[in-house]
Amino acid sequence: MNLPEELRYTKSHEWVKDQPDGSVKIGLTDFAQKELSDIVFVNLPQKGDPAQAEESLADVESVKAVSDIYSPVTGIVQAVNEELLDTPELLNETPYESWIVQIGEISHTEELLTAEEYKKFLSAQEGD
Amino acid sequence: MKLIFEKSRAGRGCSILPACDVPEAALPEALARKLPLRLPQLSENDLSRHYSALARRSFGVNDGFYPLGSCTMKYSPKIDEEIAALPGFTEIHPLQPAHTAQGCLKVLHFAEKFLCELTGMNEISFQPAAGAHGEYTGLLLIKAWHRSRGDEKRVKIIVPDSAHGTNPASAAMAGFTIVNIPSGPDGCVDLKALQNAVGDDTAGLMLTNPNTLGLFDKNILEITRIVHEAGGLCFYDGANLNAVIGKARPGDMGFDVMHLNLHKTFSTPHGGGGPGGAAVGCKAALAPFLPVPRVSERDGAFVLDYDRPQSIGSVKSFYGNFLIVVRALTYLLTLGREGLPQVAENAVLNANYLMALLKKRYRAAYDIPCMHEFVLSLQDLKQSCGVTAMDVAKAMQDRGMHPPTMYFPQIVHEALMIEPTETESKETLDQAAESLLDLYDLAHTEPAALHRAPEHTVIGRPDEVQAARHPVVKYRYD
Amino acid sequence: MGSYIPSTPEEQKEMLSTAGFDSIDGLFSQIPESVRLNRPLDLPHGLSEMEVRRKMSGIAAENKVFPIIFRGAGAYRHYIPAAVTRITSNETFLTAYTPYQAEISQGILQSIFEYQTMICELTGMDVSNASVYDGANAAAEAAAMCRNRGRTAVYVSAAAHPDTIRTIRTYAFGAGAEVHLIPAPDGVTDAGALREQIAGDKTAACFYLQQPNYFGTIEDAQALGEIAHTAGAKFVMGCNPISLAILKTPAEYGADIAVGEGQPLGMPLGFGGPYLGFMACKKDLMRRLPGRIVGQTSDAAGNRAFVLTLQAREQHIRREKALSNICSNEALCALIASVYLSVMGPEGLKAAARQCYSKAHYAAQRIGSVKGFELKNQAEFFHEFVTACPNTKRTLAKLERHGILGGLPLPEGGLLWCTTEQNTKEEIDRLAGLLEEEEQK
Repeated sequence: MNLPEELRYTKSHEWVKDQPDGSVKIGLTDFAQKELSDIVFVNLPQKGDPAQAEESLADVESVKAVSDIYSPVTGIVQAVNEELLDTPELLNETPYESWIVQIGEISHTEELLTAEEYKKFLSAQEGD
Repeated sequence: MKLIFEKSRAGRGCSILPACDVPEAALPEALARKLPLRLPQLSENDLSRHYSALARRSFGVNDGFYPLGSCTMKYSPKIDEEIAALPGFTEIHPLQPAHTAQGCLKVLHFAEKFLCELTGMNEISFQPAAGAHGEYTGLLLIKAWHRSRGDEKRVKIIVPDSAHGTNPASAAMAGFTIVNIPSGPDGCVDLKALQNAVGDDTAGLMLTNPNTLGLFDKNILEITRIVHEAGGLCFYDGANLNAVIGKARPGDMGFDVMHLNLHKTFSTPHGGGGPGGAAVGCKAALAPFLPVPRVSERDGAFVLDYDRPQSIGSVKSFYGNFLIVVRALTYLLTLGREGLPQVAENAVLNANYLMALLKKRYRAAYDIPCMHEFVLSLQDLKQSCGVTAMDVAKAMQDRGMHPPTMYFPQIVHEALMIEPTETESKETLDQAAESLLDLYDLAHTEPAALHRAPEHTVIGRPDEVQAARHPVVKYRYD
Repeated sequence: MGSYIPSTPEEQKEMLSTAGFDSIDGLFSQIPESVRLNRPLDLPHGLSEMEVRRKMSGIAAENKVFPIIFRGAGAYRHYIPAAVTRITSNETFLTAYTPYQAEISQGILQSIFEYQTMICELTGMDVSNASVYDGANAAAEAAAMCRNRGRTAVYVSAAAHPDTIRTIRTYAFGAGAEVHLIPAPDGVTDAGALREQIAGDKTAACFYLQQPNYFGTIEDAQALGEIAHTAGAKFVMGCNPISLAILKTPAEYGADIAVGEGQPLGMPLGFGGPYLGFMACKKDLMRRLPGRIVGQTSDAAGNRAFVLTLQAREQHIRREKALSNICSNEALCALIASVYLSVMGPEGLKAAARQCYSKAHYAAQRIGSVKGFELKNQAEFFHEFVTACPNTKRTLAKLERHGILGGLPLPEGGLLWCTTEQNTKEEIDRLAGLLEEEEQK
């Protein structure tokens, strides 16, 4: 399973990448995109929208399902990846290069997992 | 097959109207349409053939077995169509004076009385046009009732996780927050979960009984008691009424408000997805909030009463899908006192019979007697052969049957929900069982055949991903 | 055994045995005794088909079928071509379910795709859905589409159909949203009042205008739409589909969403239903449209295929997060509308619209010249208009005796008349003659 070491992860299968200016970019892990199968649309928030840790920030549609994307931090939406509006399949093809939302003015971050911890978490899930 | 626009030829058409017999009035340029009007231009012959071709590429109850769970695809009587086409009904303007439309008002009145007796409700409105519409209307009654008592903090509606998607959607539209409660291991409402979920912010509960698994919740009186004790009201989703008609009534189960689907239980045709008709019924306490107008009797005649100060208003114009109510009333009169309980008896018998036949191979999600429908889980087939509920459903198409409901309710994996209805003969059920049992064996010997299905239809499985990523939702003329 | 249930007592016995039951009663043992209806239904006995026909025909005969109708107000008596009724009575179209199983429903799906195309043509919009319940419901759903990020309030012209206004209010009650009514003195929406009320209202979601309005008048939709847009609100236009053959379209007026009552497109009056709500919008609002949408795609072999698409908007997937709860719609009525539009074609529809317009102007002139029946409309009208009337009760009673359903009496006085292509010159002249007679008394 593809798990870049430099990223951090959430139990709801988002990856988090720190930006030089203190903001974070978030995306979906390889596991998430596999579970969702072909993604057909992403409902993005708008620049300036508040983000609340552990609450839904955006959602991702496949043909027969909708899944929430949860924010790992509390802050303000600085930018959204508009390329995903026309080409949602990027989330399936290159999950770690396709950021979804950038959040800044962070006041709170939930506990994040390292690549190793997330890997362990995934294998524990599979065992169920 | 070509689209009608691809068959269109400039200059062709039908001759429908005579020339204008009054002086032509000139429409001011500023008000006139400048966009071209590109509608099909075909002769009547070509038009007629086009639609016949479309009909051949469709599948109705008239074409074969249609065991869609929760949809009650029973036979739609032809006499209902003839009565609904009588000029004495079709030519009546909704705003004709009441004394010239007594027949129409009588239809609404009789249908109301019939359905009140069947459901145990006190009053019924036919204004909602479909089940979801009826649910929404019923929820607004609940909202209005709490408001009238100054109880503004009741904002939650409780819904079991087996509920049809329209239930939470209707509740959200009515401004409520949804509380999902898990079903117990028996598939029914978990009483403890319900007890934990109710409080002084409970507006009500939405339930269908029997539920979407085809199981009658025997704790129903306890369920409605718990909700009432907490100060909430109980809404009955009447989609599954076919199982209990003439045998039990929602009004006797403790429900305060309900909706019925005329296009399910009461045989009105499905039309490719509508028009339907929903009756929304309630106990006396909620009646003042019903939509306007109400049909009432005054001085020996029927009138439309708009003087209902507490009414929630309207959920559409006029009085509902009237010609659908005509069909339903015709059906009710045909079946009558003895025929209606027989509907439930045969619906439940047919379902249990078919389930017994299928259980020779398939796994019933709940291995107990069912009511009018039952759910199979094909999880074991998926794990052993890689054949899914979807594959089996598509293979049924090749065998001349409409597939059952797939992947619902969400609490069962690889679900197929089957509702034969009472209007199917034993041979049809035997044949359906034979085909399905064949498919089960085929799944083991040649799973690829099911993955390829359907092979005898005009198209194979469509690319739904492409359709959703790059929507093309109308014909491009250029 | 009554009709429709095939099983004979012998077959029932066999089936009971296979299913493991002793009796029919045993099938209902899941139902607790306390809840069972242990008595016969208090309903009449069932009837044979012949008796049912007699009974229902008798009830139908208690209605008066007016040979001549000059009343509209939301339900219009247009000519329904024979092909429309016959083609849409096809048993497969009648008894099919929602086309979730695309492979065996290509006919239904294609017919909806064609319907969507025709509605877009009529309105000038980019996307149409597969229908909602009726025009009033469409208006309420359009208002819901416009609710986004703090903008929830609906502004409604008071010159819209009273049922539409009431329905918008009811749906707003559900959503907890505000409704602001913009006055229409003399039957024309007051632009000044709209500007005053909506300007600076950051909660304004949309402005709804009916065109032509309830009184038949063609409104200055351009100006009103601009006021809405300046305030950051969307512009929703409720329109008459026949009129769109010749009148400026919602798209040309800059509307964001076009809705309306599709009943004039081949559906009978039917005492109010089933009718047809159409909804069409600009491309950027596509994913906020409620209800089913059919899209074009292909199968693995490259065949053109139609399928229900963008389903992730809908209730069966989004549940409480869906924008609308709609499931069943008015599918067969949408088919009726498509067939009607195809039978009439562009020339036929234009002719029908022109005749509606011309006959209304002829009738307005004839009626308006009778003393006491002055024309009230302050601006151009399509096929409906309002005149004064000295005594509506007496006038309508007289007309009724002559088999004519006259204009709708308005609460504020006067009559709301309507003409369609079905009203002949002779009928209009006879109507005027009767009014003259009455006035002379």
